Amino acid sequence: MRYTFGGDEHVFVEVDEAMSLDAFFRSLSITNAVRDSRIRGVTEICPANASFQIRFDPDLIAPDDLLGELRRLEGAGAGGGELRTRIIEMPVYYGDPWTHETLMRFRERHQDPTATDLAYTARINGYPDVPALVAAHAGSPWFVSMVGFVAGLPFLYQMVEPERQIQAPKYLRPRTDTPKLTIGHGGCFGAIYSVRGAGGYQMFGITPMPIYDPAQTISYLREFMIFFRPGDIVKFRPIGREAYDAAVAEVEAGRFCPLIREVDFSLPAFQADPAGTNAALLGVLHG
Amino acid sequence: MADARPPLEIAKPGLATTVQDLGRPGYYHLGIPLSGAMDREALVAANLLVGNHEGDAALEAVFLGPEIRFAGDATVAVTGADLPPRLDGAEQPGWAAFPVRAGQVLSFGYLKAGARAYIAVAGGLDVPVVLGSRSTYALGALGGHEGRALRAGDRIGVGAPRRPPPAGAALPDALRRRAEPVLRVLPGLYDHRVTAEARERFFADTWKVAPEADRIGYRFRGGRPLDFVPREPPFGAGSDPSNIVDSGYPYGSVQVPGGTEPIVLHRDAVSGGGYFMIGTVIAADMDLIGQLQPHQPMRFARVDMAQALAARRESAERLARVRAALA
Repeated sequence: MRYTFGGDEHVFVEVDEAMSLDAFFRSLSITNAVRDSRIRGVTEICPANASFQIRFDPDLIAPDDLLGELRRLEGAGAGGGELRTRIIEMPVYYGDPWTHETLMRFRERHQDPTATDLAYTARINGYPDVPALVAAHAGSPWFVSMVGFVAGLPFLYQMVEPERQIQAPKYLRPRTDTPKLTIGHGGCFGAIYSVRGAGGYQMFGITPMPIYDPAQTISYLREFMIFFRPGDIVKFRPIGREAYDAAVAEVEAGRFCPLIREVDFSLPAFQADPAGTNAALLGVLHG
Repeated sequence: MADARPPLEIAKPGLATTVQDLGRPGYYHLGIPLSGAMDREALVAANLLVGNHEGDAALEAVFLGPEIRFAGDATVAVTGADLPPRLDGAEQPGWAAFPVRAGQVLSFGYLKAGARAYIAVAGGLDVPVVLGSRSTYALGALGGHEGRALRAGDRIGVGAPRRPPPAGAALPDALRRRAEPVLRVLPGLYDHRVTAEARERFFADTWKVAPEADRIGYRFRGGRPLDFVPREPPFGAGSDPSNIVDSGYPYGSVQVPGGTEPIVLHRDAVSGGGYFMIGTVIAADMDLIGQLQPHQPMRFARVDMAQALAARRESAERLARVRAALA
């Protein structure tokens, strides 16, 4: 574990240089322990993929004293790996016209101006064609390992062996535009763009399911405007244009209701048998 | 607020005028940044000048002032950048409270120094409180007036004055903080990704504020590119030497994508991402950033934690003197 200060108001802790579910679980466990220990002067606790940061008020706790408290909690990250969480099914219209229009508009910023983002990612990951990539993308669940960048944007980690994970570089130069609710991919991470704006991830498709609603009019976002939490599990379901349009109409009519189930996730069980664990998770989702 | 006053009518919106208070802490872990005035000390001074609470909502105008018609009598103060206020064309003092009568129009002359002015109205601006704050977070279409910068035709509510406004109150010149083109930085975070020589150069070089400078972050250019320490990219980080596994970004953190143009994240920061950071601007100097103008030369100065905390105490003492002067 590497501790460093972000100015006089943040402690930054790198759990591991490399991404892994192990590193994420340790980050989540320690940040939960920090929250539970209610250290005086701690104002924000932000878990991330393989690191976390704590914002604090140095008028209330000396920076070195806070470091000491955090080191004392380091052990909290070692045990466990059990998580009561939820699994959510998210419909995705892969290769939709809106991300397609956007990726064509920014083609000169891409590694392969002659391909689409899906075709490029399929090729560099050794898939014979785009449907094979989509089948892999939608075939296994994904773990929400961080929420941020902009309001409510989830970073997603594919729940397969590292050698099977889809990997893709970010655009050579970031786009100035990305459609809202684009399903993106950069490095080993998936992302769902919660708002329209700049972005550098490859664009695979779009979901009709809102995940951020500052007006809080969408039924399942009325209590809180942000849908995702670190630790959520997501399963993508490919849909076509008709199903997409129907879902958008449902959202607008206030009738859209995402499929969500409570599940228990065990990291050791997943590591021993990823395929079996995923099958059990999907059993709960569709059971 | 129950006893609301006639609203402000925005005749011309200025460049990117937003409603801001002292921000919305508590949601950074979900990607919603603090927001609030980029120059918090100037906002506090403007509020105290008109008898408001320190954290009441005011307007933050950048580079170009708005034109505002007052539907009712009011007391106003303008602080921060030297953006001369005018009432029906007559120049008014900055850093001082002045009365406005119903029907009068507040406009602004050309910017003389700094970048952001704060326009406080006695009673504070009465926009809805969202997640504990009236601040605008435009990227998330959240807070402020309809989650966005002002447009011509907008009407902004004003609250009831909290106490009789201290007409004629002015902040002594010595207590008006002005932009200094030096930002103090505590090195750390991922600074081991660049060579020791590159770290020296970063602090030795003169940089210039780039045109891409907004509430999310300020970009700088003109210094020499940073050389990276060679490595095998860690899984998930990405192949560029400036990439890291996406992490949280502290407020004030200085990322240098590709090793070329540093970006200092500010009040509307993106909360995380995949670029290495060389250090963090100390809290005491965050207010200065929003007062830097594009193309202005500046440099980064290296400090240690003891110096950062000493600077913090100086800021607190200066703020205490501002409060005492306007009590």
